[in-house]
Amino acid sequence: MKFVAVSSCPTGIAHTYMAAEALEQAGRAAGHEVVVETQGSIGTDEIPLSVIQDADGVIFAADLEVKGKERFAGKPTISVGVKRAVHEPAKVIDEAVAAVASGVATPAASAPVPTSSGPADSGLSRVRKQLMTGVSYMIPFVAAGGILIAISFMLAQVAWGGAEGAIEVTAADQVAVFSDFDLGSLQHWSIVLLATGQLAFGFLVPVLSGYIAFAIADRPGLVPGFVGGAASVLVGAGFLGGLLTGFAAGFLALWISRWKVHKGVRGIMPVVVIPLLSSLGIGILMLVLIGRPIAALMGGLTSWLEGLSGGSIVLLGVLLGAMMGSDLGGPINKVAYTFAVTGLATQGLASDAAQYKIMAAVMAAGMVAPLGMALASTVRKKLFTPIERENGKASWLLGASFISEGAIPFAAADPWRVIVSSIAGSAVTGGLVMAFGSTLVAPHGGVWVLPLIGNPFLFLLAVAAGTCVTAGAIIVLKSMRATSAVKEEAAAVAAA
Amino acid sequence: MSDTLITADLVAVGLDAVDKDAVIEALAGKLAAAGRVTDAAAFVADVTAREAQTATGMPGNIGLPHAKSAAVTVPSLAVATVPGGVDFAGPDGPATLVFLIAAPAEGANEHLQILAKLARKLVNPAFTGSIRDAADADAVAAIVTEAVS
Repeated sequence: MKFVAVSSCPTGIAHTYMAAEALEQAGRAAGHEVVVETQGSIGTDEIPLSVIQDADGVIFAADLEVKGKERFAGKPTISVGVKRAVHEPAKVIDEAVAAVASGVATPAASAPVPTSSGPADSGLSRVRKQLMTGVSYMIPFVAAGGILIAISFMLAQVAWGGAEGAIEVTAADQVAVFSDFDLGSLQHWSIVLLATGQLAFGFLVPVLSGYIAFAIADRPGLVPGFVGGAASVLVGAGFLGGLLTGFAAGFLALWISRWKVHKGVRGIMPVVVIPLLSSLGIGILMLVLIGRPIAALMGGLTSWLEGLSGGSIVLLGVLLGAMMGSDLGGPINKVAYTFAVTGLATQGLASDAAQYKIMAAVMAAGMVAPLGMALASTVRKKLFTPIERENGKASWLLGASFISEGAIPFAAADPWRVIVSSIAGSAVTGGLVMAFGSTLVAPHGGVWVLPLIGNPFLFLLAVAAGTCVTAGAIIVLKSMRATSAVKEEAAAVAAA
Repeated sequence: MSDTLITADLVAVGLDAVDKDAVIEALAGKLAAAGRVTDAAAFVADVTAREAQTATGMPGNIGLPHAKSAAVTVPSLAVATVPGGVDFAGPDGPATLVFLIAAPAEGANEHLQILAKLARKLVNPAFTGSIRDAADADAVAAIVTEAVS
């Protein structure tokens, strides 16, 4: 079997390491693999999440509160004092083996227990860990899908011989193309890339939601998490809805897994009962309870926007920009985008019609969030996690291609700071585009439809200005947190 | 001041002591004499406080008093063999081999790493056995230094 263990002791210089060594040796002697995380005064050597996931059981040989306990949630766990691990490691290993053997029925036995001894923000950092689990699984989908779509736009330019390609490629009937695929057609290839990218994007919110739930409830959380994420997409709740379903599904599954049930039912709890009940619960939550208010919100916002059309055009640009940056593909963003695209359909417009300016403002604003995150994660690397920095590199291309989803991993990991920064920058860009009077006759495409943009230079200037505002804002907001977090840590150390 | 964890000056072979406090004091005195502990009394107080939390007796008749203390200037180990045995509340009776670990209160991680390495060695009966069987202080220091290098 494979075990992961945590050892810690009051002084953090002797027993922590002795216990680690003793458990590793005793495990090896009994033919098991034991990986120990020593949480000593020399710091914590964190066990990679993948190793924890592969482990059959968990041993806490800790005299202090285990840091990051939620990482081990859902696994059969035994808690022994650090001393027992040193004195009788072989017995401890035997007990862990026994716990695994009987542990299937208690998948949540090791659920995180809040304690008063930890720092005040331990609950918050646990939520953050769960959030980051979801985000880290989502990022590859964003990168793969976004880059495929961007390449598709580039290829479409060549295939159709001009900026119209980016419009044509999305207008194509995909099913018809695939049923009659022409290997020699660049147009068809660009459609394949687009469709593949869109499929990858379809998983963004479900993966985010599913793995947040997984981090909370382990495997039983996956099904309701994914179902909830898909439901969030269905009702148009976007990634914010996915965050909601991830946590709701995780805690629901965790709660159900703690039910005391008859022995006969216990065996089918993880495979049938928990996924069934928790999925149904999340489905009802999203489709019945959340779906209606979101539809009402979108309807209300749309008619409000229509009522504003006669007023100040710059103000409208600011507003639309702010909406584009607010929830990155969520309901508010969708209202603004649909408002602009619907305007394009108006027949017989002059080349400088307000509808075209609105489209330009909306697209420019939608490019700001990913570009702003890309810029911020390039100039202030320390404020971002390594995986965010990687995502930041892809965000340049995604932002330039008007794929706002590039910013979702950032926003999901740190919602309010990123959303506030994104709204600020996008609003600036939306207002500037209107003031400059740039126009756009295409519904999307980013820089790939630059030839279709009126006053393209000023359009880019507006995008650049908003990008700088967003990057500046997120740097300031994250730095404030960085300093306060350091202070809190110092206070916690002083108190210990 | 030395980069090594232990020197022959910090080893007491065949120590005659009445109880664990006497062993701790004797070893703390050696650490102070070697300039590794600035204030022997303060260090002993820290060790005793740690000992009061949970006794540090280990299987194999070993006592493992230790503390992080402001009085410690460099991570150090002092060793005593106590043929008469002193009580460290170990699982198999009085301790006849005592390791006193001194860690500075604030130290760079790389300095404390050596103590982690030492701690891992201490659960190895072959290692503690070789110290018990060592001919003299020089041999003890050499065995430990070799083990943590």
